[in-house]
Amino acid sequence: MAEYQNIFTRVQVNAGGEPSVDLPSDNWAREKGVFINRWLGMFGDAQVGPFYLGRLGVMSIICGLIAFEIIGLNMWASVGWDPIQFVRQLFWLALEPPPAKYGLSIPPLNDGGWWLMAGFFLTTAMILWWLRMYRRARALGMGTHIPWAFAAAIWLYLVLGLFRPIALGSWAEAVPFGIFPHLDWTAAFSIRYGNLFYNPFHMLSIAFLYGSTLLFAMHGATILATDRFGAHREIEQIVDRGTASERGALFWRWTMGFNASMESIHRWAWWFAVLCPLTGGIGILLTGTVVDNWYLWGMEHGLVPGYPQPYEAPANPGM
Amino acid sequence: MHLLRTFRGTLLLASTAIVLSACERPPIATEQVGFRGTAMVTVENPREDKWPETIVPDPLPAAPAAGPKAGDIYQNVQVLGDLSVGEFTRFMQAMTAWVSPEQGCNYCHNAANLASDDIYTKVVSRRMIQMTKDINVNWNAHVQEVGVTCYTCHRGQNVPEYIWFENDAAANELAYLGNRNGQNTVAENVGYHSMLADPFSYFLVGDNLDKIGVNTDGWQPTKGQETLQATEHTYSLMFHLSESLDVNCTFCHNSRAFSRWEESTPQRATAWHGLRMVNNINNEYMLPLTTAFPDYRLGPNGDVPKANCATCHQGVNKPLGGVNMVNDYPSLLRE
Repeated sequence: MAEYQNIFTRVQVNAGGEPSVDLPSDNWAREKGVFINRWLGMFGDAQVGPFYLGRLGVMSIICGLIAFEIIGLNMWASVGWDPIQFVRQLFWLALEPPPAKYGLSIPPLNDGGWWLMAGFFLTTAMILWWLRMYRRARALGMGTHIPWAFAAAIWLYLVLGLFRPIALGSWAEAVPFGIFPHLDWTAAFSIRYGNLFYNPFHMLSIAFLYGSTLLFAMHGATILATDRFGAHREIEQIVDRGTASERGALFWRWTMGFNASMESIHRWAWWFAVLCPLTGGIGILLTGTVVDNWYLWGMEHGLVPGYPQPYEAPANPGM
Repeated sequence: MHLLRTFRGTLLLASTAIVLSACERPPIATEQVGFRGTAMVTVENPREDKWPETIVPDPLPAAPAAGPKAGDIYQNVQVLGDLSVGEFTRFMQAMTAWVSPEQGCNYCHNAANLASDDIYTKVVSRRMIQMTKDINVNWNAHVQEVGVTCYTCHRGQNVPEYIWFENDAAANELAYLGNRNGQNTVAENVGYHSMLADPFSYFLVGDNLDKIGVNTDGWQPTKGQETLQATEHTYSLMFHLSESLDVNCTFCHNSRAFSRWEESTPQRATAWHGLRMVNNINNEYMLPLTTAFPDYRLGPNGDVPKANCATCHQGVNKPLGGVNMVNDYPSLLRE
């Protein structure tokens, strides 16, 4: 039994470096450096490489590195170039967006200018990386599902750092680059706009986020549980009888009356994952631009239940 | 196989230990204060109290109110002069025990001439007595029937333990790089968050208190909305309140709608007055004393020691556990 509960991959293929399919003629030649690693093979494919860099990849890495350096050097400078304090306070440090007084103008370098510059290079790096993913998928004759899923995440990033600040006319609305600072920003964002949990698009985003994990668990478990019948050959088993596919499908019909097919489960998973940042981005974009207080919006639209209060609420002493 | 199992076991054990090391062990004491399901609960870990134990001193035996007034007998008595000599002496003894139990009378008084204002502490303590009276007379909305004495803050020390100075830790060190915007430092008195490191200089002196509220009255956007950075300033100050009183947000707020008074607890109004009281203490009493203090009592920017919530509360939502000390010293109850 224990054999089937292994958390590591049980079968490793080791046939020497395998360069795989031919690429179109205008592509860069594949980089060298293919090697086999038995330990990595326990978690995934034992073969590492070949890695395709390409023009887009090189440009993306350069832009990403510039953004990383701007953020990191600003953080380090903010502790007076003290390496110990840099490590100790790292989670607190950040590169802050400009104060609200600058609006959408280009602020002084040390008052948000570096932030704007880092944001530009980070955005450029991500878009170049997206183009690279798209081109690599096309080069292999694949569909473009992976770049479009990545685009959903980029959408949320752009809403937070670009679209919404422009809509509100202030870079100060954007997120700082830092570990705790961006988390504190998130909490303050919800409080400022009257509790984001009453934002229906936030609700959808949460449903798709948790739904994604549920679907992932259901699918992963189904495949592992029927692997002894060859479930890793998912798609080709759709049309066969008495297979792992059929058993998995029957299990779900027994337990909940309905099952996704070996094909459609991947569409379920893809859409749930993609809709999480898509709906979330819509919710953020509406916040402050269309709705300033989601709790009060919810009260007006019957979203807020009333509860008895065992204490007497005070009158606003400031009124 | 055996090696692999050992490796797996060690990995599991190590990761469990790392994850659990960030946890506080149960049981955590909770008390429901609102309707079920609304998260209106106070939470306290009885094993994690970093604040000093609350000790309330016994009152001194009462002194006769009859006899000549201190103001008529002694020279240079600008406060408490309406007390009888007996009451006046009793008060001086109490104050010595509260503020300078080790140094005694000479911490404030020139032993050769008790009336002299030579020593700066005498000037400061006179002003502090006026402040204490002001609080007891005019700030009932915050201190209520309990009132305050010197001991509420001093607790037997020359300088109260929990005071604040302007915090330059988040200052702009270089002209061209690394501006922290006043944020992103590791500060204990604001609960280790990464927002405004010194909310006290912003809210508890000057006149920014009306900027605490950042929410609008309607759900539609209007002109002149408060910014996210202003929200973080408020949030930073609220962390300090929470830390100082050792309470969580729901002590005052219903966390589903922080800004709405209709869903807040009565304590929120008390805190509202408290913030204005502290602002008044700093603006009216502490800042004007800047020149009275010697340099070694001042902060790194040359600013006076100032009060915030922790100065009196010291980790208890009612300072000194709500024990009334001031009724034993009724001269502090009148202006």
